[in-house]
Amino acid sequence: MAKYAPKLSELKKEFDEKPSVLKGDYAAQEWWDIPVEFHDGNWCFPGKPEVLEDLGFANPRKWTATDQDWQLPAGWQKTISDGLQSRLKKYRSLKLFLDTCVRCGACADKCHFFLGTGDPKNMPVVRAELLRSVYRNDFPLVEKILKGFSGSRKLTEAVIKEWHMYFHQCTECRRCSVFCPFGIDTAEITMMVRELLNLIGVNNNWILAPVSNCNRTGNHLGIEPHTFVQNITSLAEDIEDLTGVAIEPTFNRKGAEVLFITPSGDVFGDPGVYTMMGYLLLFHHIGLDYTISTYASEGGNFGMFTSNDMMKKLNAKMYHEAKRLGVKWILGGECGHMWRVVHQYMNTMNGPADFLEVPVSPITGTRFSNAAATKMVHIAEFTADLIHNKKLKLDPKRNDHLRTTFHDSCNIARGMGMFEEPRYVLRNVCNSFHEMPEDTIREKTFCCGSGSGLNAEEYMEIRMRGGFPRANAVKHVKDRHKVNTLVTICAIDRASLPPLMNYWNPGVSVYGLHELVGNALVMQGEKKRTTDLRENSMAGFEDGGDDEE
Amino acid sequence: MKKVLMPLVMVAVLALLPFVGVQYAGLSYMFGVIIPYTAGAVLLAGFLLRLVDWLRRPVPFRIPTTCGQEKSLEWIKYNRLESPARFWEAAARVLSEVFLFRSLFRNTKAELHKESNLAYGSHKWLWLGGLAFHWSLLIIVLRHSRFFFVMVPGFADVLDHADGFLDVTLPTFYITDALALAAITFLVFRRLNDAKMRLISLPTDYFPLFLLAAIVLVGVLMRYVVRLDIMPVKDQMLRLVNFSFDDPGEIGTLFYVHLFLVSVLAMYFPFSKLMHAGGIFLSPTRNLCNNSRQKRHVNPWNSDIKFRTYADYEDDYREKMKKANLPIEKQ
Repeated sequence: MAKYAPKLSELKKEFDEKPSVLKGDYAAQEWWDIPVEFHDGNWCFPGKPEVLEDLGFANPRKWTATDQDWQLPAGWQKTISDGLQSRLKKYRSLKLFLDTCVRCGACADKCHFFLGTGDPKNMPVVRAELLRSVYRNDFPLVEKILKGFSGSRKLTEAVIKEWHMYFHQCTECRRCSVFCPFGIDTAEITMMVRELLNLIGVNNNWILAPVSNCNRTGNHLGIEPHTFVQNITSLAEDIEDLTGVAIEPTFNRKGAEVLFITPSGDVFGDPGVYTMMGYLLLFHHIGLDYTISTYASEGGNFGMFTSNDMMKKLNAKMYHEAKRLGVKWILGGECGHMWRVVHQYMNTMNGPADFLEVPVSPITGTRFSNAAATKMVHIAEFTADLIHNKKLKLDPKRNDHLRTTFHDSCNIARGMGMFEEPRYVLRNVCNSFHEMPEDTIREKTFCCGSGSGLNAEEYMEIRMRGGFPRANAVKHVKDRHKVNTLVTICAIDRASLPPLMNYWNPGVSVYGLHELVGNALVMQGEKKRTTDLRENSMAGFEDGGDDEE
Repeated sequence: MKKVLMPLVMVAVLALLPFVGVQYAGLSYMFGVIIPYTAGAVLLAGFLLRLVDWLRRPVPFRIPTTCGQEKSLEWIKYNRLESPARFWEAAARVLSEVFLFRSLFRNTKAELHKESNLAYGSHKWLWLGGLAFHWSLLIIVLRHSRFFFVMVPGFADVLDHADGFLDVTLPTFYITDALALAAITFLVFRRLNDAKMRLISLPTDYFPLFLLAAIVLVGVLMRYVVRLDIMPVKDQMLRLVNFSFDDPGEIGTLFYVHLFLVSVLAMYFPFSKLMHAGGIFLSPTRNLCNNSRQKRHVNPWNSDIKFRTYADYEDDYREKMKKANLPIEKQ
């Protein structure tokens, strides 16, 4: 981290010396005059040529953001302007969002990147103006006579560099769109600009490598089928060691009732694997007839951060596999952007899913009519329903060593609207839960700062700055309620929040919701439990002591 | 501040044009008949064209910004306004934006306190100022309908009465005149006062504010100070709404200034950010139901994408899959 992020003391000093959310003095400057500077920690490594070739993407070459010459392909201006025109024709949203902004400034201090960097171009309104100023030609005649009236400018290489920087300092979290009186959604603009940038080979390897992996192996991490099986099997072995309960998940099994899909981070990454153990325990506990696919082995979808076509291509595997296996419906694990795709895009892109049935919980008989068309249920909805119907044997005391708070993931919050289910589950599996301040949770939640494919090591400065508002809200409950556990239902959060907490709030660990469920589940035939899934001692369950208080 | 001065000078010049034109060049037909008709036509046609231009573009995906609990399990209460599941709920959401500026009501202000602590406070000034601005202007416009009908319509009388309830001057003082001017002043000063707002503001943000301020000021001047003779004004307006091309009679020059500035506003409207008046109804993050898992949303241009099928995958990994005891389709 050292190379790519400033020391904490330096950053704190910067915040304390200039206690204003906007950093710098711009009295005599306009935003379009401020130059773009790339330095260590504020740019992601570009897509490797072999990755681009594998995907058939434009302009594979070796380059870096700090290069003077970005080796843009011949005729790139036309590529961009044609690309913009065709997207304006296909998306009413884009056209409207470029046309209707009145620059009222309500969004200005809502962006986590703005709050963490104080950079004026990180105000959502200016981020959109980066594109708008090129798109706009309201009054070509007036503009000719009164130069500068409409604030438009020409598309130059400097603009492309600016786009690359600032559309990768947007995590498509949609917080600004909550506050906009017209609902202008910067995520929509960022998605379009990233599509445009990909047309001329201006990209990010941390996004494109997972896309290429996912296309080939079925998951972002590029895990091949045998390794995928091996990983989950070894998690099952860990479960047996810990609880004495033998669990045998099945893979690619035809005729299972439910296909379970979760982000591959849960299979491979720490602390996601503990969440995976939670799922496995839960499914065993209720005797769910499910299978896991090695082909559709990724819940997440980095295509979303690349282009809508790529999103569709990667997402298509879910229905394709569900159909092949003949399952009745799909159950999805904890993930943020995965659920934006599943909730708002999947059925439109790759449906209709006629070959599946309206999801019915085999344990409670609850019919998930809210998923009647897409036929995919979120694990938090599924578990909340189980708990509500008293089908789980839970001992929340097993989580007494954890004092929790809950981080709403952007996409779940603002692209799906699921707030109550995870809280209901959390309240039932642990005894200590404290909400962060009201303006930082639910629909006003702050992004982890690393969403939308910005979780790269070399991007650490921007990530630590972008995550500052979230970390600051966690600090509030840490100081006030001794919170030591940040619970989340997003795989990117599970990967990105640990370094953020280490940086800003050492002592706070990051957990998936179903890891806590796994801790609390009283399994049939289990041995005496003294540690949680991470093999940390549970308070009141120490060896030898029967007294639980 | 070129960004502020340029639109200010523009409005001043625009206000002088009819003054000079009518007073010294005898162009009352131009400013009283030709330009108003043109402006009306441009506003109407322009507004409709912009709306049609937006409407003919598809909405490929269902992308509401959900600001409240979705409709899911029966025992969980969902937020009908912020996460609408039915058409009328989404309609209510849009109307609450249009009439009450609901999203602006949420506005917070972020402040950096000592020891790098972020704090957020409720900040409703923009909401209040915006509401005062838009509602006063609406009432003022509706009040003006008394000039367009021989018989003053009932609602105009009611508005007139309500608006003038202070009854402190002669002619009766309208509260909305003061409110509109105060709100415009606030909206201009907030752009100048705050470093963030100064940066994001463009000349096109100041221009309509200055233009509206000038229109209201000239109106106030005519009503309370110069006490323009109303009858010829009403006669001329009646001629205009009856599509008469007759010569306007003798009317005070200030009226021409007022009418011309309104005409400029009308012509400017469809080509500028003022179109947010139409756009607010169409915003897909606000006017769609959050029911895309329940009901399939159809994309008219759904692209035909080739994806990597299971068969392709198995072909590449068959041996490895066999070794891992995974079931396979082909031996």
